[in-house]
Amino acid sequence: MLRNNSVIGWLLAAPLSLVLVVFLVLPIVMIVVVSFWGATEWSIYPAFQFDNYEFLLTSDVTYRVFLNTFKYALITWVFTLLIGFTVAYYLAFHIRSLTWQIALFLLCTIPFLTSNIIRMISWIPFLGRNGIANSTLISMGVIDEPLEWLLFSDFSVILAFVHLYTLFMVVPIFNTMMRIDKSLIEAAADAGASGWQTLRHVIIPLTKPGIMIGTIFVVALVMGDFITVRFMSGSQSANVGRMIQNDIGLLQYPSASATAVILLFTVLLLIGTLLRFVDIRKEL
Amino acid sequence: MTTISKVRYSRRSLLKTGGAAVAAAALPAPMVWGQETKNITLRQFGTGVSNLNDVAMKVKEDLGFTLEMTALDSDSVTQRAATQPDSFDIADIEYWICKKVWPTGNLQAMDTSKIANYDKIVGIFRNGKLTPESTIAQGTAPHTVGFVEGPGGREFVDNESGWMTLIPTIYNADTLGIRPDLIGRPINNWSELLNPEFKGKASILDISSIGIMDMAMVVESMGEYTYPDKGNMTKEEIDLTIGIFTEAKKNGQFRAFWKSFDESVNLMASGEVVIQSMWSPAITAVKSRGIPCVYQPLEEGYRSWGGGIGLSTSLSGMELDAAYEYINWYLSGWVGGYLMRQGYYSAVPETSKNFMSENEWGYWFEGKEASDVITSPTGDALAQAGDVRDGGSFEERMGAVACWNAVMDENQYMVRKWNEFVAA
Repeated sequence: MLRNNSVIGWLLAAPLSLVLVVFLVLPIVMIVVVSFWGATEWSIYPAFQFDNYEFLLTSDVTYRVFLNTFKYALITWVFTLLIGFTVAYYLAFHIRSLTWQIALFLLCTIPFLTSNIIRMISWIPFLGRNGIANSTLISMGVIDEPLEWLLFSDFSVILAFVHLYTLFMVVPIFNTMMRIDKSLIEAAADAGASGWQTLRHVIIPLTKPGIMIGTIFVVALVMGDFITVRFMSGSQSANVGRMIQNDIGLLQYPSASATAVILLFTVLLLIGTLLRFVDIRKEL
Repeated sequence: MTTISKVRYSRRSLLKTGGAAVAAAALPAPMVWGQETKNITLRQFGTGVSNLNDVAMKVKEDLGFTLEMTALDSDSVTQRAATQPDSFDIADIEYWICKKVWPTGNLQAMDTSKIANYDKIVGIFRNGKLTPESTIAQGTAPHTVGFVEGPGGREFVDNESGWMTLIPTIYNADTLGIRPDLIGRPINNWSELLNPEFKGKASILDISSIGIMDMAMVVESMGEYTYPDKGNMTKEEIDLTIGIFTEAKKNGQFRAFWKSFDESVNLMASGEVVIQSMWSPAITAVKSRGIPCVYQPLEEGYRSWGGGIGLSTSLSGMELDAAYEYINWYLSGWVGGYLMRQGYYSAVPETSKNFMSENEWGYWFEGKEASDVITSPTGDALAQAGDVRDGGSFEERMGAVACWNAVMDENQYMVRKWNEFVAA
């Protein structure tokens, strides 16, 4: 009987494992293998050499680009967290009826029914030198000259990121908040805690898993992005994704793979560190 | 995807056997041939400039077979030609891409004796000279990568060997585009691109092999350095060139970089940028929105490029014949006329003349005053009576080419430096 059970267990796990092996593990293994290959102008050839890594790790451009990528991830994380938490908090604790909660939550997702490229690109005419933002500010008399830094700058890149990814913070935080037992909050109030103290000592600790899942989403998305940075910075800033894209465009697959491996490693390290703070499995 | 290609494959092999059967029976049966041709599909890919649906429709009408077009950017075109030889029959690529891709063996040389208008192809593509007196510009000049020694040749040769790598189709002389209304003074030199007057209002294209040539034109014009050969820089020269532009970038000279045609149009039309490297049809697109835009001829000359059609190695039998038929049709004038009315040049201008009005020919090719409104092939007014083309006639423009788009020996080093420039 026991033996039978273990066979069934294996069988049940097999389909998922198979899918993961074929579509996740094998491609990553392939990328790692290719990252040691060599490349000429027009072809790649199998080899085992460290040239790609050596070039990457000794070039200060790599460090600058990675630093820039972290900068984008960190700033985007701070803003999406603040906005996402506030929105989720409002939905979970200030809206009383479930119907309204669901309705307002769906309202949040409506912009996401359009392509994210469209949502991103629509900022360009809005923020441009002669765009709506600048002409409004000028006609209101707030500024005399158009603000150049509104578009094709780090500002516009981060604005687009925050706009695109805040929902990924709202959803998991809202989800965990909805699971908080309301009697805990009542108990806090009964024990004489102020609203701020309840937030600080009850709600935030209990929302941690949601925050962490949202963080993983946002960080992974920002670290891997290339198209937002390209369009919103007018190709003037670089992040790791663009570096990989440039290499692919120039047929330098091994070098692109090496960069991808380092990026993967960095993101895993980052997420591993994050998970040290919260045991998602235990808290879910 | 798999299903489609499988279906195609079986249909193709069927066709080949069919064609062979016809040939074996040695039937002089044009009707059968005609029926067979109708079922042929040729897959062509290339940059957006000449991959036009109008051309595919006209091919169907005139020749009977189907031409499937895919338009991609320069990098993707190179990538596809080099890595996916079975995904295309006809590659519509630039000459510098040809230099990169030819060694892969994915393209086959073409027999010039099968090209009806070969003798009428302009000299630039045959011996490099527009007129017998002209000097050959720096860079990857088309004739240097235009011929190989035989059908299976892998090395380029420097004479008209009778085996061509690409059949030239389209070319032009590029320069800077400007917004005369926002600049308000004459622009005569490439160096103006880095003039602090246009701080935050300049742009350059982010395609390294073309961008570096524009940079070189600017550096020479500034008097910083004179290159022995802009098209084949040494590492020191690359450092110097990109160094100058990195400094300008750090000082905020550039508003943005562009990679695709429509990005350059939007930058210019919205007034974000007033001076930038640009392509001819992009100027046309800005103008057709009613915004003044000039393709400014500059004292130092033009940076030129040329494109052509290459055939996939896997093409054979009836499809190969159809491809030759297509090439002969391409050079016979209709496409040339179509492209020339967009501001490009055709490889065989004299055949294109028959497909253009006298006014159009005078305006686009001879540099004469337009006697009536000039419209684009899609019907937008591009110039009014009395206007003259920026830069003048064909000889004036193509005769003032300073360099061709190029691939350098130090290309990989250049690309790395270019990435640093973008990240700076």
